Amino acid sequence: MLDFVQQLVSGVALGCVYGLIALGFVLVYKATEVVNFAQGDLMMLGGFFAFTFIGMMGLNYWIGFAGAVAAMALFGMLAERIVVRPILGYPQFSIIMATIGLGYFLRSVAGMIWGTDDFKIETPFSQGVLRIGSLVLAHDKLSVIAATVILCALLWLFFNKTTLGTAMRASSENMLAAYYMGIPVKRVVSIVWAISAAVATCAGVLLAPITFIHSNVGLVLGLKAFPAAVLGGFGSIPGAVVGGVLIGVIESMAGFYLAEGWKDVAPYLVLLAVLLLKPEGLFGLHARKKV
Amino acid sequence: MRFLFKTDYEDDIRLFPHSGYVASYGLLLAVLLIAPYVLSSYLMSQLVFVCIYATVGVALMILTGFTGQASLGHAAFLAIGAYTAAYLQKYNVPFPVYFLAAGVLTGCIGALVGFPALRLQGIYLVIATISFAFIVEEILARWESVTNGNEGLRVKAVSLLGVTVSRDSPTFYFLCLAVLVLTIVGTLNLLRSPTGRAFVAIRDSETAARSMGVNVALYKVKSFAISAAITGFAGVLFAHKLSFISPEMFTLQLSIEFIMVILIGGTFSLHGAVLGAIFIVMIDPFLTYLKDDMPGIIAGIAATFGAGTATAANIQSKVAAFASLNGLKGAIYGIIIMLFVLFEPLGIYGRWLKIKLFFQLFPLYKRATFKRQKIYVKSERNR
Repeated sequence: MLDFVQQLVSGVALGCVYGLIALGFVLVYKATEVVNFAQGDLMMLGGFFAFTFIGMMGLNYWIGFAGAVAAMALFGMLAERIVVRPILGYPQFSIIMATIGLGYFLRSVAGMIWGTDDFKIETPFSQGVLRIGSLVLAHDKLSVIAATVILCALLWLFFNKTTLGTAMRASSENMLAAYYMGIPVKRVVSIVWAISAAVATCAGVLLAPITFIHSNVGLVLGLKAFPAAVLGGFGSIPGAVVGGVLIGVIESMAGFYLAEGWKDVAPYLVLLAVLLLKPEGLFGLHARKKV
Repeated sequence: MRFLFKTDYEDDIRLFPHSGYVASYGLLLAVLLIAPYVLSSYLMSQLVFVCIYATVGVALMILTGFTGQASLGHAAFLAIGAYTAAYLQKYNVPFPVYFLAAGVLTGCIGALVGFPALRLQGIYLVIATISFAFIVEEILARWESVTNGNEGLRVKAVSLLGVTVSRDSPTFYFLCLAVLVLTIVGTLNLLRSPTGRAFVAIRDSETAARSMGVNVALYKVKSFAISAAITGFAGVLFAHKLSFISPEMFTLQLSIEFIMVILIGGTFSLHGAVLGAIFIVMIDPFLTYLKDDMPGIIAGIAATFGAGTATAANIQSKVAAFASLNGLKGAIYGIIIMLFVLFEPLGIYGRWLKIKLFFQLFPLYKRATFKRQKIYVKSERNR
């Protein structure tokens, strides 16, 4: 039983990271119907920025964290301006390929700048553990869970209660109509990319104590975040986090109870099952063209 | 400019619209047939890879280019073909038999993948095919009794009619070329048949195709099966060419390379698959060439512009250091994908058509001819 709870908590922590990356997908998807295959790589880059600020320049953890988030928000806007904006409105596949290309580019450049070693960021949560009876919970894992819940709540409020959030949902439905209603669609898209890069950075920094930061971490985790996003239903903010947690728990349970090899496949098996049985996911809406 | 006067439907679907086509393709075929006796063995080897990649490109073109179903899992189909060949070869099954068996098995698996894909489109389909490829990769690594796990399998040379065909011999090249040409001709015939027209109708609008009486589900599964089967054939040749296969060869990276083949070539014509294959296969030796020769050339240019010997040598060593950076190749790949998507969405073959039209219509050519329509409305995107 203790093992089970232990696995459950570490699965939830891992799942929260997937959920945070999936949140990035969902934000961009909600606002522009574009899927960003470079989301994991944005996370990786955010982790490296934070490592540069904290590990190499010796800044305070929180200042470095904030600096990395700000830098990555700017970077997200830049990436949107250069790569995505010229092809908005073209078939989804073009944008998927463009972001795959962007991911390739970021991964290689990060490898060139920071090398291919693993890096670790010293955080205030690295050492401590929380003991409940004989259950041992590491602070770094708890910090991921707490941050995910907070970020998810903030983003949900942002999307559903603020004017800018409403503008984003509107431009997702119909960019032209939104533009005619006075919504600056280009700026909205730009802001969405900034937010999603910032969320990715949070994921990267929080992840750093659990899995180390290296140039391929984005690819590995980014691809695991897809099942999370699909399970939750693309386009639903709470869905992304719930999906992420479910995938994380399934993965960590499969790693513990099933034979070797199931751990890596389980998320994708779940994904295929979801796509077969309920393609719109747990919280998603199914849209169909009406003639 | 040549005007073709078509009087009936047979004229419209002819493989060679006029004699110019026969002459130019005949010439191309002749060049390809004498190539092994002229080119160096390294270039021949690359040419074999071009044939294999182009075959996969044609397969992907049927699925993605003509049926509109994106797949990022074709490396898995290639792997299934390659492993079928390697496994059957251990039991002394003759080449023609396992060649066909690989195609049939891969085709059946392709059809199985096609069924779940019926309900999916766009991004969901891409994700589903990626997951399928991951699962296949993991199975290959774990099913050790058949695949020998991560240690991989050796593949012996092809033995055709009692003769052993080494993977570097011209005969093997002719085999690959024959498979490619047969695939292309077969695909062209398929595309001008009712099946091909149904594929294109589904690509252009699923709703419209369905309301015209096209059985969308049937044709999607057919498209998946045909595409997978052709990829399986290519997989057999791939295994023989490499003479060793292991699961880590068939990763997402390879699937992306295949998509790059059709993306760079141009996703609307079979020419694109071949041109893209040439581009993807030749980019590697080209980059190596640049890496070896570029530092010297740049230093030479610097020297002619009045830089001293020491400065030139300094520049040369710096450029050499940059060129040998780890991962530069990945960055260049990424940039190439982005540049093509952004600036040349119709690919190399599209550029060729544009240039051709420019001279045909001179001076009346206008850029807008090739402009694509942008869709900003969500409901229009759900097809």
